[in-house]
Amino acid sequence: MKTFRKGGIHPPEDKITAGCPIVEMPVPSELRIMLSQCIGVPPKPVVKVGDSVTRGQVVAESSAFVSAPIHSPVNGKVSKIEPTRTPQGIWQDSIVIIPHGEKPTDASFTPRHQDEIDSLSPEDIIRIVGEAGIVGLGGAAFPTRVKLTIPKGKKADTVIINGAECEPCLTCDDALMRSDADGIVTGTLLIMRATGAEKGIIAIEANKPEAIKAMKKAVSRFGNLQVETLKKKYPQGGEKQLIYAVTGKTVPAGSLPIETGCIVDNVATAFAVFNAVCNGIPLMERIVTVTGPDLSSPGNYLVRNGTRISDILDFAGGMPENTGKVVAGGPMMGKAVSCIEASSSKGLSGIVVIPDSKSMRRQASPCIRCARCVAACPMGLEPYLLMRQGEMSLWEDMKRHGATNCLECGSCTYICPASRPLLDYIKLGKQEIRKANS
Amino acid sequence: MTITISIIILGVIGITAAILLFMAAKKFQVFEDPKIGEIEELLPGANCGGCGFSGCHAFAVECAAAKTLDGINCTGVTGDVMKKIADIVGLAPCAVHRKVAIVRCSASCENRPPLNRYDGVSSCAIENALYQGESDCIYGCLGGGDCVSACPFGAISIREGEILPVVDYSKCTGCGKCVETCPRHLCELAPYNEGKPIVWVACANRDRGPIAMKECGVACIGCSKCRKVCKDGAPVIESFIAHIDQSKCTSCGECIKACPRHSIVSSTPVDNPSSATE
Amino acid sequence: MNRLTVSLSPHIHSGGSISRCMWNVVIAMMPALAVAIWTFGLPAIQVTIVCVATCLATEWLITRFMLRQPSTLSNGSALITGLLLAFNLPSILPWWMAAIGAIVAIGIGKMSFGGLGCNIWNPALVGRVFLLISFPAAMTTWPSDVPSGFDAISGASTQADASSGATLLTHLNAGDNSLSDYNLLDLAVGNMNGSLGEVGAIAILIGLAYLLITHTVTWHIPVSVLASAAFFSWVLGGNPLLDLFAGGLLLGAVFMATDYVTSPMTRSGQVLFGIMIGLITIIIRRFGAYPEGVSFAILLMNSFVPLINKYMRPSVFGEKERRAAA
Repeated sequence: MKTFRKGGIHPPEDKITAGCPIVEMPVPSELRIMLSQCIGVPPKPVVKVGDSVTRGQVVAESSAFVSAPIHSPVNGKVSKIEPTRTPQGIWQDSIVIIPHGEKPTDASFTPRHQDEIDSLSPEDIIRIVGEAGIVGLGGAAFPTRVKLTIPKGKKADTVIINGAECEPCLTCDDALMRSDADGIVTGTLLIMRATGAEKGIIAIEANKPEAIKAMKKAVSRFGNLQVETLKKKYPQGGEKQLIYAVTGKTVPAGSLPIETGCIVDNVATAFAVFNAVCNGIPLMERIVTVTGPDLSSPGNYLVRNGTRISDILDFAGGMPENTGKVVAGGPMMGKAVSCIEASSSKGLSGIVVIPDSKSMRRQASPCIRCARCVAACPMGLEPYLLMRQGEMSLWEDMKRHGATNCLECGSCTYICPASRPLLDYIKLGKQEIRKANS
Repeated sequence: MTITISIIILGVIGITAAILLFMAAKKFQVFEDPKIGEIEELLPGANCGGCGFSGCHAFAVECAAAKTLDGINCTGVTGDVMKKIADIVGLAPCAVHRKVAIVRCSASCENRPPLNRYDGVSSCAIENALYQGESDCIYGCLGGGDCVSACPFGAISIREGEILPVVDYSKCTGCGKCVETCPRHLCELAPYNEGKPIVWVACANRDRGPIAMKECGVACIGCSKCRKVCKDGAPVIESFIAHIDQSKCTSCGECIKACPRHSIVSSTPVDNPSSATE
Repeated sequence: MNRLTVSLSPHIHSGGSISRCMWNVVIAMMPALAVAIWTFGLPAIQVTIVCVATCLATEWLITRFMLRQPSTLSNGSALITGLLLAFNLPSILPWWMAAIGAIVAIGIGKMSFGGLGCNIWNPALVGRVFLLISFPAAMTTWPSDVPSGFDAISGASTQADASSGATLLTHLNAGDNSLSDYNLLDLAVGNMNGSLGEVGAIAILIGLAYLLITHTVTWHIPVSVLASAAFFSWVLGGNPLLDLFAGGLLLGAVFMATDYVTSPMTRSGQVLFGIMIGLITIIIRRFGAYPEGVSFAILLMNSFVPLINKYMRPSVFGEKERRAAA
């Protein structure tokens, strides 16, 4: 079985929601849709307070290239446009929609006819993807339209669909692959057409046998598609690691994956592309894994964009008494939530509720130079050294030692027996280097 | 015999080396204005950069070469020392305006109770990059002590059990290191005159009044009361926050009494016990 | 409800800790200690207790009264230093010499650099080499008649005649390449002469296996030390097996060269470090004044670790490709 070579760790999986089907979460009483949901320019609202909106209607748009429009997931009324807090407690403009009617999610989208789909040019597909507001659903939320637009002089030959889901606890991609394998395959073929790639590879880690079976069945009709089973290792879902694991090619440091002719998209993104192109449905809801050892009903829930995290937790049985930390995303790379009233966004792949007893870090002790961080780093960096430079504010030295290559996977901090906050300082250093460059 | 030879050989080597050294010293001699050394002796040697030059030596070089001392001033020494430096170079000293650092946040834990628990390195830079901070106010002091460690003169301290830094004006030289360091831009330099307390708005919350009120007990809400009571027109209100123009302020303390939020403070207590800090 | 904790990712931890690593090493040393006691009897226990107790006491006194810091004894590193030092001493060494070695090991070898993680040289070896230079006679005097098995433990055999015992390496250094006095089986099970920890080859290998299984150390350093020593022994016309099993090579390769603090950070650096230790050991054994060279070899290479760390860096993923493209 293939995997990437350099570094990596094996955290416990804790995928307690692995067998859970996708359950549609009821529409909450209020949706707060944040305007900045993806990397790039936040779109501007195109609705006014008091306007009625229908499901699928564009509520915010931008003419910038790196941006994605936002659609209302429900029929309702715009009650406010005001700043609300993000999960990290920072103020950000949001559109508040009060859903109305008996069935706020009733809508008629017109599916495209098969002939029409077949006649779409690559530009058409990219345009539809852009209009549907699709962003990378693996967590980074990079506008997919930009990713599919191949820069001049480059050529894409392989589309890799990322079903590795190497983060512990998360099962949203697994659940999607088990239930909608055909949709993902159609989406993959559309991405291949849009980018001109000849080959499509769906990469899945070996700990998801059901998903592998479903995907293998779905791709069997297509000669140019294959499913690649990968050996379980974190961070396999990192773009550069995945490309290396699947194709053996190395993305040059500081470059984009297209340098190797590969395009990497998440399975959920592929499914969203299928939904947008074939069914005419824009991206306005996603599957969120809600999990935690003490949560009464963890599961994979279909959550409308803009649902409060507290509402999602209530639906999963309420926040347990002993909650110590709530993480938006997976436990390795997710961000801790300080404001539970904040709403979900397109990039939210999971909500992990960590009990009090496990929420605090251990006291850090001096480095004993055991070299485990160096061995664990998938990018070949020296985290112990970068942290020391960070402590002394030697940003130039950090840059010279390749700190900008860090993908923030957290393997070093995870493995450190002295519980040193290695990644904290590396992140700080990256930020300072970025500041110095701009 | 052996001893004699040893003495002769070593002696010759010694003399040769001495000649070489002498020649090298002559050839590679760099003339340095002796004033530079004299000036450097007087400087604090903290290399804080408060003067605008890249360190104490660079400052001394600049003094020695300057045609006029206007605008050249070491913030780390008293006026007497600058006079001595002026005597050395034979110029009139720069008119000294001593500046000190002020902190634009006065919210203790009671004013804005912590809502979450930050677990990690005690560094404002990291905490600020991560999220809002422990309290609801995303503009206020994080209490990580970055300014404390940045201060080359040990003038800033955080008292045990508190979060806010306190500036010791007897030590602060106004070098501006804390101004650069604070990730929330809460440190500011204000002119310091003996006997005249500095009055400033110790708040940086730019949220609208109702939100700011909820976030913090002493948040400035931009209500303009200070502007109305001020006879000198010092307070300026911009994006829901008042700011006192130190060049106009006469430290009369009227605004401190008028402020309904107790967010204006002064460096020495003016008769308004509830709001005065430090 | 409690306040939510907020911290940077990752939000889970492997659970590994420094004390766990250290206790794993202590456990791995137990078989060798058992063999030492089996071979040398009560004096071995006495030396071990003196070393361990002095190391612990020295560290406690220094952290308590000089550094005024909380005690660091619980991480087990002082215990390891004590055990390792004992492993490096002859069983009949006077107890006060062992105590001096322990004080030097912790006081100078470790705490003077700032404690765990800051030292340059392996503390136990600093203590041993200090003793070797200060008391050369006592440090190379082994019990001439090695008691074995139950005799040793019951102390039936006397230690009176303990003046001129020679180890195998003394023979080797003298150019005697034959296996006349010892056979390999004796070497393997510990039926030989030497320092405490040197005698039980199989016991040390069991310890190595434990360290590898628990991922406490990786194979790179021990394997490269042993392979290089065997190779250079063969090149210089020696008997590789003899060189491997005799003296402290195994002990050094498994327990001392692998010390986290004083070994390189990268895999390639560790391999180079190991190869050089093997080479220097064999050179000292063949050509040096001392019959044994493992301690010196490790200490010498410890000094090179910062340099190795500076030049033998891990390759950044994609850096080669970036250079090729540019």
